Amino acid sequence: MALENNIIDVNGLEYFFGEVKAVDNISFTFREGAIFSFMGPNGAGKSTVINILTTLLPMQKGSVSIAGYDLRTEPEKVRESIGIVFQELTLDRDMTVREILEYHGRLYSMPKAARQARVDELLDLVELEEKRDTLTRHLSGGMKRRLEIARGLMTRPKVLFMDEPTIGLDPQTRIRIWDYVRDINQQGTTIFLTTHYMDEADQFSDEISIMDHGKIIVTGKSWELKNALGQDLIYLETSDNREAGELLKNLDSVKGIKEKTKGIVVMVNVDGTYLLPEIIDKLRSRGITIKAVNLKKPSMDDVFVHHTGRELRDTGTEKSSVISLRAGGR
Amino acid sequence: MHTGFLTIYWRDMLRFIRFRTLLFASLVQPALWLAFFGIAMSNNFDRLTATLPAIPGVKTVGYLTFIGAGVIAMTTLFTSLFGGTVLLFDKNWGLMRETLSSPLPRIHIIIGIGLSGMTKSFIQAAVIMVFGILLGVQFFEGYTLAQILASLLGIMLFIGAFSLGFLFLSAAIAITMESPESMQAVITLLTMPFFFTSNALYPANSFPPLLRALSTINPLTHLVSGIRYFAIGGDFSSIGIHYTYTQGEVFVSFLFLLAFTGIMFLIARWRFKKVTVT
Repeated sequence: MALENNIIDVNGLEYFFGEVKAVDNISFTFREGAIFSFMGPNGAGKSTVINILTTLLPMQKGSVSIAGYDLRTEPEKVRESIGIVFQELTLDRDMTVREILEYHGRLYSMPKAARQARVDELLDLVELEEKRDTLTRHLSGGMKRRLEIARGLMTRPKVLFMDEPTIGLDPQTRIRIWDYVRDINQQGTTIFLTTHYMDEADQFSDEISIMDHGKIIVTGKSWELKNALGQDLIYLETSDNREAGELLKNLDSVKGIKEKTKGIVVMVNVDGTYLLPEIIDKLRSRGITIKAVNLKKPSMDDVFVHHTGRELRDTGTEKSSVISLRAGGR
Repeated sequence: MHTGFLTIYWRDMLRFIRFRTLLFASLVQPALWLAFFGIAMSNNFDRLTATLPAIPGVKTVGYLTFIGAGVIAMTTLFTSLFGGTVLLFDKNWGLMRETLSSPLPRIHIIIGIGLSGMTKSFIQAAVIMVFGILLGVQFFEGYTLAQILASLLGIMLFIGAFSLGFLFLSAAIAITMESPESMQAVITLLTMPFFFTSNALYPANSFPPLLRALSTINPLTHLVSGIRYFAIGGDFSSIGIHYTYTQGEVFVSFLFLLAFTGIMFLIARWRFKKVTVT
């Protein structure tokens, strides 16, 4: 039985595609009302986890409870409690915007009056009111995505799963979609997100997990993950770079020095914001003039590269399922 | 009762009506069969059989009337066998993920698709009958209004059972196949034996024994027999052959169709249990 405030409770989840282990003994819990991100390279197993949690793939090993229901014994109850925005567009091109939502409501046995009220409300939320009777084939990419988000919310799910919700969209559309997502979240829906965009995970999630090779490598709040790296970088251009380097090397909080063409980069293992004045004082006291200073905090990209050993390449979504099988095979 | 299958039915009918060209083609095509093939063959057969003496005391109908029932049956076969294709597209384009991750029991997808395909077959059969009667097909001749209504009900029962069976088969194939091309190939392969070992276009009486045996276990033969019984009568002759259908025989044909449909339903249910769509 799940704890009262854990909306998702996953224990020892494993999944094999034939011989290939796509999900390798992962466990995590989500508390109700938060936004969680799963990040990871293509083929890390994120989509497989989502597919299992949304009942599209059968449970093989482990236990999952969502909204208090056991996924193995009460999949119907789980299905009633969740909404899904899939990675690929899954809209019938030959149905109108209203019909898409109507169909979804019917699938979940919503009564007619509730369906109609909800359609109006959601079309207003995602600003598709004018497109109500337009076939979805005539919508732009961003509109389609907004419609899918509306559809995911049609049944007021407790948890909304979003697999790469903003992939391939322009920056304005991404911002708008994030506005909706935050609105929805503030109304109490827990959000489980996978994303390729570091900045999105960084800005919008309460908690981030990084997945690779079917395992969760690290979990934490965005600032925790960044600070845990202890990798603030201070760039200095001085009148005497060599001597400056020698001086700073001996400080406890300095991990290393790298010489660049015009200056030096000091790697520190404490918060650089507080160390920087100390460094400046020290150099000045030895008569070294400082010409330029820059402080760089680690980004989510740095966190990602640190844990997975690779850059997150934004390969297209087209082949992702193929890639995920191959990558899982290593 | 859970009425989820009505949702599937609603969506499929929505698409059927939305595409005017498709709708138009699916209604006109069987009528054209009757108009071209029917009239051409009818003239040949009637000329060949003109010298045969009429069987005394038995109603004689022309070849066009004989083949009228066959064209209805054939159209039902084709429409039903292709009726499941939408599921293959839904599966391949990811649309089925929405349905499969919803609380709707999977069995309702099969039932919904079955019922919408059945509705389409009813509409087509009605169009062929009206068009056929305009062309000179002697259906319901000398029937009272009550008899016509009862016959129509009988025809609907036969078409309904038959089309459901083939729609379930089609759904099972669609959910198993990977590409529309392979589905097309399998279905085309299937239609041949069903079509040509039946009594739809020509009498099965003079088939060699093996073909005759195939003909008697062919659901299409039973459908055609049912339609002829209700539309023409239990005792008639056409192209020089005397046909009699007793009530008992027709009832057995109907039971045969029901059994066929039941088996196809089980197959479809089994295939749907197996499917994972991600």
